[in-house]
Amino acid sequence: MEEVRLMKGNEVLAEAAIRCGCDGYFGYPITPQSEVLETLMERKPWEETGMIVLQAESETAAINMLYGGAAAGKKVMTSSSSPGISLMSEGLSYLAGAELPCVIINVSRGGPGLGTIQGAQSDYFMSVKGGGHGDFNMIVLAPASVQEMNDFVELAFDLAFKYRTPSLILADGVIGQMMEKVVLKPFTPRWTEEEIIKMNGSWAVTGKKNRTRNVVTSVELDPLAQESFNHKLQAKYREIEKNEVRYEAIRCDDAEYVLVAYGSSARICEKTVEIARENGHKVGLLRPITLFPFPNEPLEKLSKYVKGFLSVEMSAGQLIYDIRMASKCRVPVHHFGRMGGMVHSPSEVYDSLKSFFSLN
Amino acid sequence: MSDLKVEIKPENLVYKKSTVLTDETMHYCPGCSHGTIHNIIAEVIEEMGIQESTIGVSPVGCSVFAYNFIDTDWVQSAHGRGAAVATALKRLMPEKMVFTYQGDGDLAAIGTGETIHACNRGENITIIFVNNAIYGMTGGQMAPTTIMGMRTATSPEGRQADLHGYPFKVSNMVALLDGVSYVTRQAVNSPANVRKAKRALRKCFDKSMAGKGTSFIEFVATCNSGWKMSPAASNKWMEENMFPVYPLGDIKDI
Amino acid sequence: MAKIKGTIIVDTERCKGCGVCIAACPCSVIALNREVNSKGYNYAYMEFPDKCTGCANCALVCPDSCITVYRQKFEDKI
Repeated sequence: MEEVRLMKGNEVLAEAAIRCGCDGYFGYPITPQSEVLETLMERKPWEETGMIVLQAESETAAINMLYGGAAAGKKVMTSSSSPGISLMSEGLSYLAGAELPCVIINVSRGGPGLGTIQGAQSDYFMSVKGGGHGDFNMIVLAPASVQEMNDFVELAFDLAFKYRTPSLILADGVIGQMMEKVVLKPFTPRWTEEEIIKMNGSWAVTGKKNRTRNVVTSVELDPLAQESFNHKLQAKYREIEKNEVRYEAIRCDDAEYVLVAYGSSARICEKTVEIARENGHKVGLLRPITLFPFPNEPLEKLSKYVKGFLSVEMSAGQLIYDIRMASKCRVPVHHFGRMGGMVHSPSEVYDSLKSFFSLN
Repeated sequence: MSDLKVEIKPENLVYKKSTVLTDETMHYCPGCSHGTIHNIIAEVIEEMGIQESTIGVSPVGCSVFAYNFIDTDWVQSAHGRGAAVATALKRLMPEKMVFTYQGDGDLAAIGTGETIHACNRGENITIIFVNNAIYGMTGGQMAPTTIMGMRTATSPEGRQADLHGYPFKVSNMVALLDGVSYVTRQAVNSPANVRKAKRALRKCFDKSMAGKGTSFIEFVATCNSGWKMSPAASNKWMEENMFPVYPLGDIKDI
Repeated sequence: MAKIKGTIIVDTERCKGCGVCIAACPCSVIALNREVNSKGYNYAYMEFPDKCTGCANCALVCPDSCITVYRQKFEDKI
């Protein structure tokens, strides 16, 4: 029987981790995501599933604990918010460089600097264009509901292990703090040591037993070897782009104008689509669910039929660059969005749409 | 008596390279203390029969490639973060022996926070801290542990308190933390000290496996290339100048 | 009286000629060879093999673990 509950986005992240067989969570408190660690400490999963939970002394330590846990072939997760993710960027690069699967959650807030504690979407570049030094990408999932906060934890782990790469869930303070109905997943047992050796034994540091030693590292002295490793990483990212694009298209079939938005902004835009349609404008919404890989193809197709795109993001305009690239600048692409922790209303989006495209 | 020849046969063998060391020639400079310390680690692992369940965490610095020489599983950590990496490894695999191997730049400068907090939580790991008072890999710059007056690439006129502050006595500091069970300062400059150091390291590993909290072993070491001295002169200089600042012996044992 | 005699075998290719073993040897057995190995290092060798007691001090301090030590007890023949 399915288990339905009313929960906060942040609480669901914790519950979903326990239920999907996560082995370890390492985190540091930061608003607006502190409930993840709080929920876990209250739930005591170590008594239930054996999952360990540790409050680290900093986000730097947390991401490096993740690195250690992932190196052991275990399912490990951390969560933070924008300034904390900045601090983690060194670790993200090392995780990508050492090809370690793990899940990082950014319940993002307004910046730059210490900024505000309200939800924002100004970490798009940081999330999809690398988020650390060197040529790398992470798989980036953007939940738009508490249900997706729940579902994407397991999905992020699956993708991370499928491709041996860190997965990032880019949420925002709005979804983290929001309470909604959620259908929880049944419990999946944690992997046994035998299962880990069977699945990840070719690279994980499970102890050098009946094999040559495993070394998890990202250092290479020979530039030619580093280049060929980088080619391998890039090939992996192309494979991810081929297989893992996820998006939702709402009323795009007959649309003349398409809003493009992810996360909480996409929810607002759903309402904008309704308002626009009520006023006789054929407006649709394309919601990227994966920000990397980006839904280039559907946007490219749409660009042949629509009159324009409006990128709606709680930022100064970061997503817009990918829409322009995907649509090959065939039609005008504009940006609208509040920022710094301010959230736009559906009618604000509608007004900006009308103004950009001179609609009545 | 000169006609007596020792027969090369197993029953006459008194010392050979540990089987836990790989056959790869170490990349360290001639006379570098790292090699001797690696050797002790390998011998302790061999002695305890834990090669299959030991995981080392290597640092950034000269010993970044420690994993090429000690034949166990290894994780190479970001600069200074070894103790955080080891924390997760040990918590997720409590039955394993987890140790970090870190230099003074890695542990005492950039990784001070991770080190102190792992010690304070009493993680059941062994932290091996090689203190040669200099940044070896990047070319001999000043380290937090550089002693007063010592000339380095970034303290060309010698370390001065007003400009650079004072030598950082990490072992004394971590000994104050409740999570720490054993702190000792050792050296590998003489056969007697190598024997002592090996016993101390064994104690660290035993305590880690017995869940007694963090064990911290500092090796006062040489960097003859960085110090611009011969290996023999480096050992003498260390004895005369470093031992008074970093005296050898156990600092805490509970 | 029984005599204890020792001998060392140096892995000359691993040896870097650092001389740490020379300082550690209580019997002044070891010296650096005038010959060099393939890397150009003057490697350690027993200059006075008769003096070696097989105490293994040289091997203990060797940073490159290139010394193997053997020791044998010879009973006096009467």
